[in-house]
Amino acid sequence: MTTLKRINGFWISFVLALVFFIVVQLLISGGMLNTFYINTLFFMAINIILAVSLHLIIGITGQFSIGHAGFLAVGAYASAIMTMKLQMPFALSLLVGGIVAAAAGLLIGIPSLRLKGDYLAIATLGFGEIVRIILLNVDYVGGASGMTVTHLTSWPWVFACLLITIIVIANFTNSTHGRACISIREDEIAADSMGINTTYYKVAAFVIGSFFAGIAGGLYAHNFYIIQPTNFGFLKSFDILIFVVLGGLGSMSGAVIAAILLTIVSTFLQDYPETRMIIYSLVLILVMIYRPKGLLGTRELTSFFRLGKAVEGGKQGENKQTVA
Amino acid sequence: MKTNKPLLKANNVGIHFGGLKALSGINVELNAGELVGLIGPNGAGKTTFFNLLTGVYEPTEGSIVLDNEKLNGLAPYKITRKGISRTFQNIRLFGELSVLDNVKVAYHSLARHSIFSSIFRLPSHFSGEKEIEEKAIEFLKIFNLESFMYEKAKNLPYGQQRRLEIARALAAHPKLLLLDEPAAGMNPQETRELMNLIAFIREKFQLTILLIEHDMSLVMGVCERIYVLDHGQLIAHGTPEEIRNNPKVIEAYLGEEVS
Repeated sequence: MTTLKRINGFWISFVLALVFFIVVQLLISGGMLNTFYINTLFFMAINIILAVSLHLIIGITGQFSIGHAGFLAVGAYASAIMTMKLQMPFALSLLVGGIVAAAAGLLIGIPSLRLKGDYLAIATLGFGEIVRIILLNVDYVGGASGMTVTHLTSWPWVFACLLITIIVIANFTNSTHGRACISIREDEIAADSMGINTTYYKVAAFVIGSFFAGIAGGLYAHNFYIIQPTNFGFLKSFDILIFVVLGGLGSMSGAVIAAILLTIVSTFLQDYPETRMIIYSLVLILVMIYRPKGLLGTRELTSFFRLGKAVEGGKQGENKQTVA
Repeated sequence: MKTNKPLLKANNVGIHFGGLKALSGINVELNAGELVGLIGPNGAGKTTFFNLLTGVYEPTEGSIVLDNEKLNGLAPYKITRKGISRTFQNIRLFGELSVLDNVKVAYHSLARHSIFSSIFRLPSHFSGEKEIEEKAIEFLKIFNLESFMYEKAKNLPYGQQRRLEIARALAAHPKLLLLDEPAAGMNPQETRELMNLIAFIREKFQLTILLIEHDMSLVMGVCERIYVLDHGQLIAHGTPEEIRNNPKVIEAYLGEEVS
């Protein structure tokens, strides 16, 4: 019976998400949203994909990785090469971007996930920088001046990728595999002694996270007309990290909300370039002072609805997909 | 229930960290169904011995054999799957997970549905998760923990946390259960309950148990045989009665007699 209820909840969220998609699509095709808003919307969605994919690695599995922009870069360049150099269709390019990034994740994950805490952070940071330096020196992809890319990213693609990312990562988390990952975050030695193959799950989470970062890279590359290695520096990695930490480590809806809020804040602060970084930093400091566990802590948005339901015995709560 | 069939054999096991010899020449034999105590002063190497048995450390000498299978060098999760499960001296529950999920984690190795089927919510995911959930709830009922099922593990009272840790270790279906100071921090009433619990699970799950404990009344009360460690070496071995009167043991615990 509970399974049935859960499926119902899933379909309700799905329909709501679809309605949201159609409304935005109508607004775009009716010309009611100008380019600025459309761009912000796309940027927001890409940031959500990045935040949710890093949430799986840091928030769920507890592996402190700060080289996420490296996977973003790998996905961006791989998909750009597919469309621009090899004239492949956009959908295939996105997929290839994700797969190449996942392969990079596997390659980096197997040796570096033996490391813990600070050491893992430094190793992944190093990976991000290596990717950037390599791209800077390869003439095939334009070196420092970057690579021009056709604008192919559109609302249906962005939305589909966003939805798939959220569903896949939520499904993974809410299964015995997700529990295995959380047990690693909570206590790796105890997880080991419960028969969990900790290395396998750390690498699995890392690869899935890298895959979606690569997908985000494909969307990113085909949205901005040009990609340059400087777009993928370690500051970009920190931006993504901040979404996850600010939203609350372990909360997917928290990561989504933080990605939305911070994208809005940083977009609208572009009008005040002198004070932009100061205000942005102040926002972060204030949130960390008053909500040290992040906006939602480890809770999910749905748990608030569930709480309400227990009181009023009312309707099924809205799912986080619709927040996007 | 007790047999003379050896379940675990530690032959001449030792480990050194650099120049420091933590344990050496340990010979321990456990028969199936036995309840054996392991005692010794602080720093004697009791927990280190547990860590060797469960694969946290690899022994630098000797061999560990469970059911005629050598365990040296196996990863900890593989040793758990072969049938050794443990609790920890300082409780190591998955604090942010619910009580039910803590037990579910122990059932993970029985799950047959893959990551792929969970991501795409294939039928095998639902049947697999349902099976784990039913087994875990059934298990919590045995331990009278089902009323705390949805509580976060870190919010349980201390005694219940100990209980949950034992339940979780048993949910991994061990042949040999290692208990590392289960009565630490408990009052006499809780210790008595714990003794009953140990007797109960032993009967119910046909277990072999190796117990580290400082509470002498508990060790002497429930164990059939006792090994005594001091300074990384076995100094005595025998029935509780023999251990109580062994001069070496008395010396290790109380110091030498002044003559």
